[in-house]
Amino acid sequence: MTTASPRLLQPERDRLPGGFDPRRLRSEFPIFANNPELAFLDSGASAQKPASVIDRIADYYRTDYANVHRGVYRLSARSTELFEEARQKVQRFLNAADPREIVFVRGATEAINLVAQSWGGAFLEAGDEVLISELEHHSNIVPWQLLRDRIGFRLVVAPIDATGGLDLAAFTTCLSPRTRLVAITHLANATGALVPIETVVELAHRAGAKVLVDGCQAAPRLNVDVQALDCDFYAFSGHKTYGPTGIGVLWGRYELLAAMPPWQGGGEMILNVTFEKTQYQEPPHRFEAGTPDISGAIGLGAALDFIEGLGRDNILEHEEALTGYGIDRLSRIPGLRLIGAGQRRLGILSFDLEGVHPHDLATVLDRHHVAVRAGHHCAQPLLEKLGYPATTRASLGVYNDESDIDKLAAAIEAGRELFA
Amino acid sequence: MDLRELYQDIILDHGRHPRNFRAIDGATHTAQGYNPLCGDRVTIYLTLDGDHIADVAFQGRGCAISTAAASLMTEVLKGKTIAEAEALFAHFHARVTGGEDGPLAEPLAVEMERLEPLTGVKAYPARVKCATLSWHALEAALKGGGGAPVKTE
Repeated sequence: MTTASPRLLQPERDRLPGGFDPRRLRSEFPIFANNPELAFLDSGASAQKPASVIDRIADYYRTDYANVHRGVYRLSARSTELFEEARQKVQRFLNAADPREIVFVRGATEAINLVAQSWGGAFLEAGDEVLISELEHHSNIVPWQLLRDRIGFRLVVAPIDATGGLDLAAFTTCLSPRTRLVAITHLANATGALVPIETVVELAHRAGAKVLVDGCQAAPRLNVDVQALDCDFYAFSGHKTYGPTGIGVLWGRYELLAAMPPWQGGGEMILNVTFEKTQYQEPPHRFEAGTPDISGAIGLGAALDFIEGLGRDNILEHEEALTGYGIDRLSRIPGLRLIGAGQRRLGILSFDLEGVHPHDLATVLDRHHVAVRAGHHCAQPLLEKLGYPATTRASLGVYNDESDIDKLAAAIEAGRELFA
Repeated sequence: MDLRELYQDIILDHGRHPRNFRAIDGATHTAQGYNPLCGDRVTIYLTLDGDHIADVAFQGRGCAISTAAASLMTEVLKGKTIAEAEALFAHFHARVTGGEDGPLAEPLAVEMERLEPLTGVKAYPARVKCATLSWHALEAALKGGGGAPVKTE
């Protein structure tokens, strides 16, 4: 391929100094044109998609679609090129050293399961320890329990402190010479607690453990740089990052990936197959058995272009400001208690309203066109520890502004009156 | 649909002040219900006298809908036979899920009317399980219960 068609060139968006205008941004998300009254405060579960992502996927199917890494015909080569270009976009997004460190998976859940089954299956033994934290989503608990039951290592859980953040002192004492892996969230999905991941990585490495970071909530909000974080694996989901569902990313240090056995067998991941012996591809293809989610990867690439276009510092500034406004606004509602998020909360407001069950409240909010999540947020052990079977959670995206928080607050007041 | 059609006064009242909200010492049948979606739990206690429900009560935590549904259920079931309880559940289930419900004998039809306020959940698909959780637990209790909690998922 010598020349790219002009249609495929991404327009350079000007950096927007001092933040951006969510109101204007909203026009780039067709969901809001079709649901004009919607205050969407559930981006933590899944973010809405900009037109650039939706159109990119449709365009790809209309003009460039064919299977990848197979055909000798030009269309297949073109498709392969776009797929691998998406991998490079992810590499830049994470500031990874090498595109071969980017493995496309279905989502962060699959990324964690991949590390558990491949790396854990090969390198963990009975008597070893894997350290997670009380802040984890079920997807960073259950894969380790499944593997523990097979191998017999110890699953250790670092506690939160009284404020709801990771207890760093306790974390340190949880590390031992037997700790092989620390698997921990960057930003807790249920409460918005930001984990001091640089410190965690440093402590873990000093103890000789590898570090897997669940970056689902952090990737759309923070400027993630895996080389600066110095972690060993980083996982995130495309659909929480304004991209399509069904695609996600596992980043791993190349030497770690290269030492790991395949975890699923099939086409694409092999070099040579005979009935006696099969040779496997190098990373990342070794871990991508079968036809991948090609359009998903290309759509994710478009989503990352969208994020970079907005400017990640601008996004962080926006989320921090709106989080602050939300804390301030919600704290003034009688009977409302924000659920602890430690020293620093970002993008997620989890709360309890006295005398009103979260599901009843969410139904009331829905009637006021406010979309939130109610329940245990796939973090049952954390909510149990915090003393709530369920909470109501509002989570922010680039399209939210103060008017959404005001709508939320007004709808909560209406709920409070109904159930008073 | 207006919110007050879902949260009618009778629902709010039973949600706030559930009836028969207690454990029964020496219950002949018990079972637990669990809604994994929201973490709500309910335990149903039954005392059967022959095939009659001599006493029925519940405990647990839940939203206004599930608490009111359990409370109203215990009120209508007291004194009924197992067959009548099953007939009521079949009708109630059909009414909240929008399914077909055939004719109901006169005394039961009166009890069914008492459950009518709960049928507002039909318009809220995500909330139907809140209204049926206690009934599923009741069914499990009648079948022997004691095992793993019945789940709505």
